[in-house]
Amino acid sequence: MVGIVIASHSWKIAEGVCDLAREMAQGHSGIIPAGGLEDGSMGTDAARIMTAIREADSGDGVVIIADIGSSIMSSETAIELLENEDENIHAVIADAPLVEGAICAAVEAAAGSPIDSVLAVAEESRGAMKL
Amino acid sequence: MPGSIYKCLSLIGERIIANKDYLTELDREIGDSDHGINMARGFKAVLEKVNPDESDIGAALKKAGMTLLSTVGGASGPLYGTAYMEAGKILAGKTEIDSQDMKAVFEASIAGIQKRGKAVRGEKTMLDAIIPASETYAKKISEGADMIHALDAAIESAHEGVEYTKTIIATKGRASYLGERSIGHQDPGATSATLMLEAICDYLKGK
Repeated sequence: MVGIVIASHSWKIAEGVCDLAREMAQGHSGIIPAGGLEDGSMGTDAARIMTAIREADSGDGVVIIADIGSSIMSSETAIELLENEDENIHAVIADAPLVEGAICAAVEAAAGSPIDSVLAVAEESRGAMKL
Repeated sequence: MPGSIYKCLSLIGERIIANKDYLTELDREIGDSDHGINMARGFKAVLEKVNPDESDIGAALKKAGMTLLSTVGGASGPLYGTAYMEAGKILAGKTEIDSQDMKAVFEASIAGIQKRGKAVRGEKTMLDAIIPASETYAKKISEGADMIHALDAAIESAHEGVEYTKTIIATKGRASYLGERSIGHQDPGATSATLMLEAICDYLKGK
């Protein structure tokens, strides 16, 4: 099953989005938060995202959904750190809104779809109309 | 070189921490008011995590870079973190550096920052200080200057770069949301990069 990592500046956001995504994608055990800094400050931590990617991966790859600003750069750094350590985890960043993207990706992943489909579904959520 | 790489990192950290409020104030004008706070937190962690007795300059810089990636919190974390790690690769196993090593450090750091931030010169970023500094340094070394004199000239170019950032529109990061309103303000990242160069030069002068 494709893993999902939620990278946010805020631990509460990351945890909360994961809780919601798990609720929508019952049975998916690889939805992992990577939010805030170790000391509780707001911010993004590439090492924390790297650890979350490892935890989320079950061999089918990981889709990262990030919030704003440095969360993208920190996610890219995390992927590169894994590559530098020769860890063969296929991790990609979805160009998607955090909540909608996370839910769509989690549901698709829970259905057993491959990483390309999970990524595509997450990114399609960008255009979803609410009204 | 007198002393150790830890001493050099300490001088960088002390200078960043001493300028915490100044950097935050610059960032308040065009960003999200956290550059000084973030950088001070990052360098405080660097001074805690790097082994003060480390003789391998590359290993110390790699550790510093990894620490910055984890503790700065904003975009400067991955940017400076990558710069320090790339510099660490160049200096792996070295216990002292010469003027050519420093040239390679400049170039590798810039390449790392550009890879991470996908920025070029003229976008009101730290690159607007570091790239002119690197060019001046390389020119002075090729003309036969020693490392300290070349760095002094490089710092002058970095300051000019910081002044230049006041005249241009930000197209990267939070400041880009301001568009033309970003004109007139100097870039906090260019400023912190210049502070680092000054600290490195102070270290080499034995201050």
